[in-house]
Amino acid sequence: MTRRRTTLLALGVLLVLLSLVSMAAGRVWVPLSDWLNPGDPRWSIIFELRLPRTILAIAVGAALGMAGAAMQGYTRNPLADPGALGVSSMGALGAVLTLYLGAGAADPWVITAFAMLGALVAVFLLLALSGRASSIVTFVLAGVILQTMAGAGVALALSLAPNPWAVNEIVNWLMGSLADRSMPEVQTALPLIAVGCGLLLAIGRSLDALTLGETGARSLGVNMVAVRWMLALGVALTAGASVAVTGVIGFVGLIVPHLLRPLVGAQPGGLLGPSALGGAVLVLAADIAVRLTPAAGEVKLGVAMAVLGGPFFFALLLSLRRRIA
Amino acid sequence: MSRLHAQDVRVRLGGKPVVDGVTAAFESGTVTAILGPNGAGKSTLLACLAGLRRPQSGRVDLDRDDVLAMAPRARARRVGVLPQTQEVAWAVEARILVGLGRTPFIGSSGLSIEDAAAIDRAMAAAGVVELGDRDVTTLSGGERGRVLIARALAGEPEWLLADEPLTGLDPGHQLDAGELFRTLAHDQGKGVIVTLHDLSLAARIADRIIVMAAGKVLADGPPAEALSPEVMARAYGVRARVIQGEGGPLIEIVGRGG
Repeated sequence: MTRRRTTLLALGVLLVLLSLVSMAAGRVWVPLSDWLNPGDPRWSIIFELRLPRTILAIAVGAALGMAGAAMQGYTRNPLADPGALGVSSMGALGAVLTLYLGAGAADPWVITAFAMLGALVAVFLLLALSGRASSIVTFVLAGVILQTMAGAGVALALSLAPNPWAVNEIVNWLMGSLADRSMPEVQTALPLIAVGCGLLLAIGRSLDALTLGETGARSLGVNMVAVRWMLALGVALTAGASVAVTGVIGFVGLIVPHLLRPLVGAQPGGLLGPSALGGAVLVLAADIAVRLTPAAGEVKLGVAMAVLGGPFFFALLLSLRRRIA
Repeated sequence: MSRLHAQDVRVRLGGKPVVDGVTAAFESGTVTAILGPNGAGKSTLLACLAGLRRPQSGRVDLDRDDVLAMAPRARARRVGVLPQTQEVAWAVEARILVGLGRTPFIGSSGLSIEDAAAIDRAMAAAGVVELGDRDVTTLSGGERGRVLIARALAGEPEWLLADEPLTGLDPGHQLDAGELFRTLAHDQGKGVIVTLHDLSLAARIADRIIVMAAGKVLADGPPAEALSPEVMARAYGVRARVIQGEGGPLIEIVGRGG
């Protein structure tokens, strides 16, 4: 219990510190003393560029961390993650398809709605494809199928796109980034992510009971149909809204719960809150690192997470190999 | 006094009848063992009794209520189930696992003092107090089985429906668990229904034995009556004889064939 508290406290302190750094750091460093002077030109850098960017990093990180922890709890599978299993990619496909809607697509709500719809379809396909037994192998295979389908769909949509300028824009967005986000995007994503997280937190105890398997959980009075719906909607809202504003940022939900399990306990319900906190810290730290990387253009956050997460996924699979075999 | 009543319960799986018209009434205060060869329909019948499986026809009533019509949480408080699979998905401490048995009682505020007391009683009854801090995934199969028995007791249900709870336990702990089931039924007035494979053990711990074969009830009565050589021959296709041992009746399997 004490180790859990220490971990949560440390993550909380880290989040506050990183938020301050995130407001100050970038190509233009803004010392804290300038924050209260609205006349300074750097004031607008802080409040019009870095504040929304920081809020989005925290919100998206929390959303992806919690979505990963919830999917792992439901499937009893430590490899479940919206990014790795194609949920984010299907969300991206949904968003890319708005390209063909014409003028209506300019509205961020349309993109967000389509991204969430894509993610929702993905979660249901994932649950349907992996079946009741939800063995680790079938589950990962189902994720691979979804990932491939989404990738092919995005490629097709892009190759048939009406204009090359839009294609360039979309490819950039697909790579996942928090650069140049503004307050309207925060206003779109934040409420949806909050509702999604609320839904996932509400099934925490049911996820705990699922430690005993589906029969065990049902015998303890858990309504599996309700849990499945709340999980699907919760993941669609959190992962879908995240994809809509930042593009695909993978591996957060894979890395964070795995690192936190030894520190805060493996109970899936008790892992939801800490995973949100850990996800926020990870994405915020990664975004600061990306901003400070000396390069001609900024390295995309999604690319940076993939570089970090790929080997991690690999190591996790190796450590699980004995269990699967 | 509580009563669990199955009326003409039928379940078909893949076109094949698994439970084929079972009618049986169970009274609290009694240990009932359901026996039968592999595929006889024991586990499926138990799932129907627990309200976890909807039979194609027939019904199961707990006192006056259809178990399938009861609110899942309310049913879970009254009927405890110990599934056959000893599945534990995450590396949690034994005490936390036992605490999952309180799920039907836990509100938004988490485990209460009563919950903690019930967990303590369950762990003491199942003899797993000293395993409390251990990671369940590192326990042996038998130790895990006992922790899962404690988990089923933690809800302190009126009914305990256990699917092969003694499999994997050593002889000493099998006796302990059997004794625990008898105490629950005889001293605490609970209803206990267990499926078993060990005939002698069943004869020793059960007040009543139901022998199933091919989804039907072949025999139903006190051990001496239900475990007759004729029933053994029809149910399992073996020649058996009953020996009066020092601790209770022993069923010796003499050989194949009826």
